[in-house]
Amino acid sequence: MKNSLRKFPRGTVLSAAVLGASALVLSGCGTPPAEEAAGATAAAETDYLGCIVSDSGGFDDRSFNQSSYEGLKQAEADLGIQINQAESQAETDFGPNVDSMVQGGCDITVTVGFLLADTTKAAAEANPDVNFAIVDDNSIDLPNVKPIIYDTAQAAFLAGYAAAATSETGKVATYGGVNIPTVTIFMDGFADGITYYNEQNSAAVELLGWDKEAQNGTFIGNFNDQGAGKTNTQNFINEGADIIMPVAGPVGLGTLDAVIEANAAGGNARVVWVDSDGYETAGKGEEFILTSVMKLMGDAVEEVISTDVEDNFDSTPYVGTLENGGVALAPFHDQEANVPEDLQAQLDEITEQIISGDITVESGASPEQ
Amino acid sequence: MSVQESQPVAGSPTVMHRVMTGNALVAVLAVVMSLILGGLLIALTDPDVASAASYFFSRPQDTLAAAWSAASGAYLALFQGSIFNFEGETFTRMIYPLTQTLTVATPLICAGLGVALAFRAGLFNIGAQGQILIGATFAGWVGFTLDLPAGIHLLLVILAGMLGGALWAGLVGVLKARTGAHEVILTIMLNYVAVNLVLYFLSTPAFQRPGSTNPISPQLDATALYPPLLGPEFRLHWGFVVAVLATVFVWWLLNRSTVGFEFRAVGANASAARTAGISVSKGYILAMAIAGALAGLAGVAQVSGTEKVLTSGVAASFGFDAITVALLGRSSPWGTFAAGLLFGAFRAGGVTMQASTGTSIDIVLVVQSLIVLFIAAPPLVRSLFRLPVPGAFPAPKSAKDRTSAATGGTA
Repeated sequence: MKNSLRKFPRGTVLSAAVLGASALVLSGCGTPPAEEAAGATAAAETDYLGCIVSDSGGFDDRSFNQSSYEGLKQAEADLGIQINQAESQAETDFGPNVDSMVQGGCDITVTVGFLLADTTKAAAEANPDVNFAIVDDNSIDLPNVKPIIYDTAQAAFLAGYAAAATSETGKVATYGGVNIPTVTIFMDGFADGITYYNEQNSAAVELLGWDKEAQNGTFIGNFNDQGAGKTNTQNFINEGADIIMPVAGPVGLGTLDAVIEANAAGGNARVVWVDSDGYETAGKGEEFILTSVMKLMGDAVEEVISTDVEDNFDSTPYVGTLENGGVALAPFHDQEANVPEDLQAQLDEITEQIISGDITVESGASPEQ
Repeated sequence: MSVQESQPVAGSPTVMHRVMTGNALVAVLAVVMSLILGGLLIALTDPDVASAASYFFSRPQDTLAAAWSAASGAYLALFQGSIFNFEGETFTRMIYPLTQTLTVATPLICAGLGVALAFRAGLFNIGAQGQILIGATFAGWVGFTLDLPAGIHLLLVILAGMLGGALWAGLVGVLKARTGAHEVILTIMLNYVAVNLVLYFLSTPAFQRPGSTNPISPQLDATALYPPLLGPEFRLHWGFVVAVLATVFVWWLLNRSTVGFEFRAVGANASAARTAGISVSKGYILAMAIAGALAGLAGVAQVSGTEKVLTSGVAASFGFDAITVALLGRSSPWGTFAAGLLFGAFRAGGVTMQASTGTSIDIVLVVQSLIVLFIAAPPLVRSLFRLPVPGAFPAPKSAKDRTSAATGGTA
């Protein structure tokens, strides 16, 4: 240390120190608040406590943990409830985290993901007077557990149709994080949408990365390797695909990187984002996002909490569909000019047909109704 | 701890001097130092402290009070979550945290013993993570597929778990002994192989629940589970007793058996051991196999004790924590046991610390990592507390013995 400091002239070290010290001093020069802020905000708040336990992805996963947590934050702002949260580092934390929430007096505990199903079920059986809600799992049938699930294939169908209609090369692609139902439901719907487009328009748009019959395709193997997402996307682009849908949480950022690079080199690749409207949340390459398959988890979480605050809790599963707005296709934003003129009208018509049941979107992963 | 290893030498320094230079004191001081630094971090990241600090010069006592309440509140929650909850409504709830600590410590102790044993034989075993996973897979499969009477089923689950771990680690021992391949690379790579292999197994119907394609196994049969140790209201299970027995076994193996003597001889100096007629190959293979079996026991503690299902995340990060536990325990069986308890307490208390004070779970991990940092640098702790350096006092011989025994010649 001493030696490294001696490499600088004494003056530099001194002035740097003075600068740092003055920054510290200045930052401490604010005015203190009045002694008592006489409970101005306390009146609006209730003592209802809403809690959430993440799975090992954490609340910053740009996927279902984050959306569900945002729903709880929204409920805090709108309903004036208290909230508490526990982030799981690993699957071994699930039990202790859920237990500490129940012991902490939570009126409702939202658990995120099918991996928490066993833990949630055990806690719900042991505490029948406390309510639970579990996102993306429909295996628990108890009076105090509300499953929150999504028929994502419906919105993905629209995305598949839009992608097929927009593709210039006649090839689109998708890949997933891990081959699990909550991922493949996107890919199934996407595949069906493309097939429907081909039938209706006698086209032959090809889908890379997912074989619906065999239920197998391209997977990264995790939800965090953005480098692998980038490589995969480059491979798809090299094979001629011009629209790619990554279903892998933050790995999709790797796809955006690849698309930004390809387009800087004169290409015309686009991305279909998933879970939230990527135009607003991805943070880069928005102009190349064709649309997004949205799963509006935050709204559902807030709704479940608000019914519980009003004492109207019920355990019928909440199934997000196109009809109730739980799943939806995002606007085209900057890509508006690049899609066929009558596409939006066609999509609206298909949406009507899916809601009325004239078109059925089939996925082995769809929730049973 | 390795105090027991420092034999009194003729003309040796006073007892006090041995305590002052011993590793036990350094370990304790390292924990104290990291708690102090961790407390500062908690205070610095606390939003109340940040808002009070903006008017520090007008009313400094606000900042200091906020900092104190943030740090003390967080550590109080850590204590309440890991040792004794004095706010509990029933006696069960009061001692629940302690049982929770012991539960979390169980896999850490088992896997830590495996790493420590390999250290003593001169093998740097980074592969506990993979060995736990494969052990858990073997044990889990026996647990949810076979239908056997109580007693025999659990016994078979335990044996399967040990076998899985032993095979996975024994493979490394064989490759090291036959080809001279470096065990660090082998074990790291086998960790990747293990986690992806488990993911693959979980994508096959044989490992999935009927009617579901989620990568999660069925629950283990009731006959395959460790019975609760203190009753059904606690998560503590008989796996903890198995961990205690494993510690006794490793102590006996290393200090009282011929095989253990050979391990330590190989670890201290492989060439000298070979010259003395000890088979180095046999030492490597056997040490790795036993280390793997111990890590397999950690896998059994997970699938058969706490989680009751097999998933790809069933090993959490226990395999990597086990390396720290073994280092903190100076590679001695009872030191590893104590370090496992400490880490179990941190993990169990971290949950309460997060839930009741809003301190990020990451800060708990930072404190753990600081402990390791201070443990890994004894001269740093000695100079901070101005402790006498071992060897500065006229007892260089015994000091040297101690160092080589503690690190187990991991080169």
